[in-house]
Amino acid sequence: MARYVATRDIDWTLLVIVLLICGVGVLQIYSATLGTDSHSAWWKQIFYIGGGLVLMWLVLPADYHSILQRVPVMYVASTVALLGTFAIGEQTFGSKRWIPIPHTGIHLQVSEFVKLVIILLVARYLTDLRTEEVDIREVLKLAGLVLIPAALVLAQPDLGTALTYVAVLTVGVFIAGLRWKYFAVAILGAAMMVPIGLHFLKDYQKARLVSFRDPDQDPQGAGYQVIQSQTAIGSGGMFGKGVTKGTQAQLHFLPVPYKDFIFSAFAEEHGFVGVVVALALYFVMIMRIVQNAQTAPERAGMYICMGVAALLLSHVLINVGMVAGLMPVTGIPLPFMSAGGSSIWTSFLALGLVHNVRLRRFVN
Amino acid sequence: MTLPQGDPNLEPSVSDKPPLRDDTHFAAGRIAVFQYSGVVIFLFLIAGFWRLQVQNPEYYDERAQQNRIKSQPILAPRGRILDRDGRVIVDNHASFTLYLARENLKEEHLKPIAQGLDMDPDDLQSLVRRYRSRAKYEAIRLKDEMTPADLAFVDSHRDFFPELEVITAQRRLYPQNGMLAHVIGYTGEISEQELDSPDFAKYKPGDIIGKFGIERQYNSTLMGVDGQRQVEVDNLGRVRHEFKEQTVQPIPGKDLQLTIDLDLQAVAELAMDGRNGAVVALDPRTGEVLAMVSRPTFDPNKFTGRIKAKDWKEINDNPDHPLFNRAIQAAQAPGSTFKPIMALAGLETGTIDENFTIHCPGGATFYGRYFKCHLKQGHGSVSLHKGIVQSCDTYFYNVGNKLGIENIAQYADMVGYGHPTGIDLPHEAAGVVPSEEWALHVYRRKWYAGETISVSIGQGALTVTPIEMVRAISGIAMGGVWHRPHLVKDQADEPTSWPLDPKHVKDVVDGMYGVVNEGGTGGRAKLPNIEVCGKTGTAQVASAEYVKSVGGGHELKDNAWFVGFAPREAPEIAVVALFEHGAEGPLAAPIVRDVMKAYFDKKARLETWRQQQTAVAGAIAAVETLGLPAAPSGGRN
Repeated sequence: MARYVATRDIDWTLLVIVLLICGVGVLQIYSATLGTDSHSAWWKQIFYIGGGLVLMWLVLPADYHSILQRVPVMYVASTVALLGTFAIGEQTFGSKRWIPIPHTGIHLQVSEFVKLVIILLVARYLTDLRTEEVDIREVLKLAGLVLIPAALVLAQPDLGTALTYVAVLTVGVFIAGLRWKYFAVAILGAAMMVPIGLHFLKDYQKARLVSFRDPDQDPQGAGYQVIQSQTAIGSGGMFGKGVTKGTQAQLHFLPVPYKDFIFSAFAEEHGFVGVVVALALYFVMIMRIVQNAQTAPERAGMYICMGVAALLLSHVLINVGMVAGLMPVTGIPLPFMSAGGSSIWTSFLALGLVHNVRLRRFVN
Repeated sequence: MTLPQGDPNLEPSVSDKPPLRDDTHFAAGRIAVFQYSGVVIFLFLIAGFWRLQVQNPEYYDERAQQNRIKSQPILAPRGRILDRDGRVIVDNHASFTLYLARENLKEEHLKPIAQGLDMDPDDLQSLVRRYRSRAKYEAIRLKDEMTPADLAFVDSHRDFFPELEVITAQRRLYPQNGMLAHVIGYTGEISEQELDSPDFAKYKPGDIIGKFGIERQYNSTLMGVDGQRQVEVDNLGRVRHEFKEQTVQPIPGKDLQLTIDLDLQAVAELAMDGRNGAVVALDPRTGEVLAMVSRPTFDPNKFTGRIKAKDWKEINDNPDHPLFNRAIQAAQAPGSTFKPIMALAGLETGTIDENFTIHCPGGATFYGRYFKCHLKQGHGSVSLHKGIVQSCDTYFYNVGNKLGIENIAQYADMVGYGHPTGIDLPHEAAGVVPSEEWALHVYRRKWYAGETISVSIGQGALTVTPIEMVRAISGIAMGGVWHRPHLVKDQADEPTSWPLDPKHVKDVVDGMYGVVNEGGTGGRAKLPNIEVCGKTGTAQVASAEYVKSVGGGHELKDNAWFVGFAPREAPEIAVVALFEHGAEGPLAAPIVRDVMKAYFDKKARLETWRQQQTAVAGAIAAVETLGLPAAPSGGRN
């Protein structure tokens, strides 16, 4: 089968779009960290992107069917690694997410890589069912499998990443033909769970939810990030203030303008026009991945591509929605733009999975 | 892996194997739903940005500007206060206050901060803990009046401890030991009531204004206009950039030169040390106040910035009322110091002439009541001159009885009693000049003739403030020209004058000369080679019967007065001293003498110095005309 794999079959449109987004990200990181201690982040980001391309390339030769064979091993390894994060993880901003790699100075965020395992797990499970209308009992079993790592991530605490796992699962079972009525029941059930969920949320998470609904209630506390982010975006206007001219980011009113809030820094400097262009790039990127799902030769490949599409869509929705004040504040990065190795590498690995499927579409 | 050719669903008949059910077509509909959901999500996001960036950019732009551009006041320094020779009495000094911002406070910083600032780490910990429930943006005031060592520590650790913030303010530096405290007053933050009053309507909350004394009276002169600068700050409030072209420079307050002579003031302060009362020295020719003391005093330095509760309580609860300026507010019975005015009234109205003589057996009976003279054995035959010199009460009982209260009131009014003098200090009080009308008005009763007898020797309802008294005597000494006392130099002044007969004035002045120089009651005010004139006064605080009934006590002892001027002809200085509960008039005389001596000593010193200067200048001129090389000291060209 390997003889069908050829570089000319790579989805060049998709790759060019992704690299454009990465370029915008590097430029924005450069601008947002100008004159700060984090200014080295922009060339580190280029290094991460290069590493991401290599990782993507490394994923291509192994047939995704053989990768799916190893899902149980990967699943167990992920759970152990997430548990390990609690044991030896480093705490930053009040949450334990990172494992330091000795002698490299690199900190890996395990929960990022686990996203890929969730995608593969869902794809393998649903493929193995071989039905056209997935049974609710099977969905519950699969949900149980996904919820174990999701619960571990939620306990770090990292609500945003846990939500992306759930998004991958939801889209998976939706594609697999779960009846609409179950989605209705799930939405109702989730609504009823909110009061109970609030009970278990950490204080800062509750504060974020409150400030999401009314940022002015506590302008110096939890609402601060939302207000500053909205101020940055709004003051950018139609055409933006220009590169390195965004006062909200340059004067540090915007929290972490090169990571989670990179999109509001971008919106401040490039305006509504820039926002539409950037979101259009993301939209085309996701739709290209969906197209790869549609041309997949069989179900496993389709589920993998749809999982990646679901992951990226949920990331964009949660992150961009957050900076615009449309979603509660949850610290997750914007794929291909936010500074950080774990996020970039995970995203490129996901892209590698999509290509792995694409290169084998003429298998028969 | 062996897969059948073609799509198994399309060509089921071709395959002989059961369908693998691995086709993806079943999912096409659901994938389309996902795509439409994607479109909706992106439209939702774009709508959010549309609302922020296209519909309300002005609102958010304003917020961003408010975030980043702060206008900071540039404080205008308050004008200095100088004495008549230009010596600085009140100056400003830069004072630094340290604040601890709590927004980015790191717990582990507290210990090194405490060590660096020489504070107890546990104190600092508990201070921070006490603020825990307050709003985050409320900074903790760590230290007032930072030392140079504190400043150096904060400056060198700016990057390590960004939470430390230094606020600079200009503080007033007042003389130590409460010297001149009542004249100068003090400054403080403007209060709510003051903001509502018309005098201070133009100021804004937080402004430092004069609250008392000269600081208040001349606030608009002393206070400058604060400037403003526009700066760009980051999220920690650190200044990143200054918009220089937007800067409004402050207009500093003007310096104020007082008429006070620090040399005389120091002597007067020293003379009143440990006593309660007041001293005022005037130039009778102009009304310039040369010295003004009120005791007890207070330290105005405690009022600058925020006064400590303990200090305020101490000053406020003091039974002697240190904030009370006795020189302009203490209206007391003038006692015998009123006698020269009685004499003048008698002469001017023609009720008596200089030859009017009575016999003093130690008292006299008027209207059925016996009025004692202060000398039990009596003064014998008493003329006008002897009456003033010996301060014979019986003599002036007779003068008063002949004059009647209306004439007495008219002349008391003429010398300015019963009215504020109009000195340029806030809260001046006036004494009381009783009359028939006054009795009717205030007490709704008839005037008793016996009261006239008491008023004749400066008792009864008659009260006078020290500043009124010194002004009154100055005017008489000047032959009937009364100037408005004032503390700030070069003021246009419309003096009050009265065409007094110079002969009558001479009779009174000669009497006052006798008081000091002819074995009178004010012998202790005598100065060699200076013709000092004056009058003592012993004023009862309570009636003798009352004092006896409660067995005496310091606060019931008589007040001692002395008012005098010098020289006899062409007076240059007039001084009053009120020595509260000093028991006897003569005790106030040395205080006046000391101040006068200081005045004339200084004058003599200046005269000698001027003569020397003239002599030196003359010598240099002589040398130059002779064509000889100039003396080394003349090398200033």
